[in-house]
Amino acid sequence: MEFAVAEAHRNEWAFVLAATVRVTRDIDRAEECVQEAYARALADWKRHGVPLRPGAWLTTVSRRIAIDSQRRHETQGRVLPLLISQVDERESSSTETEAISDDRLRLIFTCCHPSLNFESQVALTLRYVCGLTTPEVARAFLVKESTMAARLTRAKKKITLAHIPYQVPSAEELPERIDAVLDVVHLVFTTGHTAPSGESLVRDDLTQRALQLARMLRDLLPEDLTVAGLLALIILSDARRNARIAEDGSIILLSDQDRTKWDRQSINEGLVLVGESLARRPPARFSLMAAIAAVHAQAPSYSDTDWREIVSIYDSLLLTWPSPVVALNRAVALGFADGPAVGLATLDELAGNATLANYPYYSSARAEFLRRLGRLAEARTAYVHALQITENEVERAFLKKQLDRYFKEFSPRT
Amino acid sequence: MSEYLVLIYQDEKDPWWSDPATEQKMMQQHQAFGEKHGASIRGGNALHATHAATSIRPDKNGKMTVTDGAFVETKEALGGYYVIEAADLDEALAIAKDVPAPGGGVEVRPIMPT
Repeated sequence: MEFAVAEAHRNEWAFVLAATVRVTRDIDRAEECVQEAYARALADWKRHGVPLRPGAWLTTVSRRIAIDSQRRHETQGRVLPLLISQVDERESSSTETEAISDDRLRLIFTCCHPSLNFESQVALTLRYVCGLTTPEVARAFLVKESTMAARLTRAKKKITLAHIPYQVPSAEELPERIDAVLDVVHLVFTTGHTAPSGESLVRDDLTQRALQLARMLRDLLPEDLTVAGLLALIILSDARRNARIAEDGSIILLSDQDRTKWDRQSINEGLVLVGESLARRPPARFSLMAAIAAVHAQAPSYSDTDWREIVSIYDSLLLTWPSPVVALNRAVALGFADGPAVGLATLDELAGNATLANYPYYSSARAEFLRRLGRLAEARTAYVHALQITENEVERAFLKKQLDRYFKEFSPRT
Repeated sequence: MSEYLVLIYQDEKDPWWSDPATEQKMMQQHQAFGEKHGASIRGGNALHATHAATSIRPDKNGKMTVTDGAFVETKEALGGYYVIEAADLDEALAIAKDVPAPGGGVEVRPIMPT
């Protein structure tokens, strides 16, 4: 029985919470009600058996607890907005599943409200929409549990004090607000896809949460092509998962990956979504990134990749998103389309950029081009620099391997 | 319903302020804002620039010291405010986005209910 409750906790907690927040309009109070509902489940299921749909049971009980406690407050003379009657009305007009989906959508817009700082948005989303525990969220971002708990508390307080609403934004605000939600989901994914530091390059728990969030948004906002773009990007990147990491945990570059290990079914799903999302004019940032992933996904090998197509997508991407990192990736693609000399020259044009100066990929990309041009002394310096500034253990190991592979005879000092 | 204070911050050195034509334009903008959101506006005023401000702070001995100027010296100074009423933050932000604040921006703060 404890097992069934624990299982329901893992699978249903976030759903029950979202449904309860609609009644309480307050995350803290909703958490208490959900807690109480699980406590009751432990006793009730022991006596009457596990219900057919544990999630529905928990949702009903938790919301009843919330409504009862609001009524109690009401009779104690506290001013209460006319929420309960509204809830009852809406309940009868929509099916249960629809209501739960709407609740989650409302909650994610609250968690990703632009009046909260980005770190808090990400933390709130993982905690309350994905249902990760506070220690899990803390571990995902390598901060102390107490730090994460304080961050969540502060954010929830702001939601309450500033009256950040639990609602899907108006049609006018929606595009901007969806972008904010997508930024959060994308960060969760990239954090999982390339953990910025620590010993594991990939954190599957985070990539899978991001995938679930993107799928949920896709289900709830099927008309939105920016959502389709992000989902495509996540699916296509994640399709390479089994080919990215060697058995010893080291990273395998796209150029060296065994493409038979790519998940073809996912790739096909991603390609359809990319096509759909590119119908938007101008295409959204994530759709263009997905389009690049799609070109790679369709290439029989790294050398047979349509680099010119990739360069032209990067050109479009730079128009909507003039970021130095995009410019770096474009230079790398150009190097494959037109040769290492062109790639290196384009990279060197970006040399003064402060962001790239501390970005290990910039140095390692220069190192690769220099090496291919036979300028080994400079290549070695660039590898060493990349090694000095990267914080991810797995990437450090990769750079060391490259140094060993190409420069062993060149310099015995490494 | 909740009340929010919309604080208007502006760069007093912005060339905008030295042009006499802009003062009238500014008045018109506030008037237009007032007409559009009259139902939500509970109050508001423009303030004289910080050269007219006086700050008071207690010193180490608890004695009040009076000094010239704004309490915090920043590039953008508080230049005026509105008190608005809104159902929630989204509604308040939608109204606050219409507040004229050339050469600056606004800060929206929930007012504690009394």
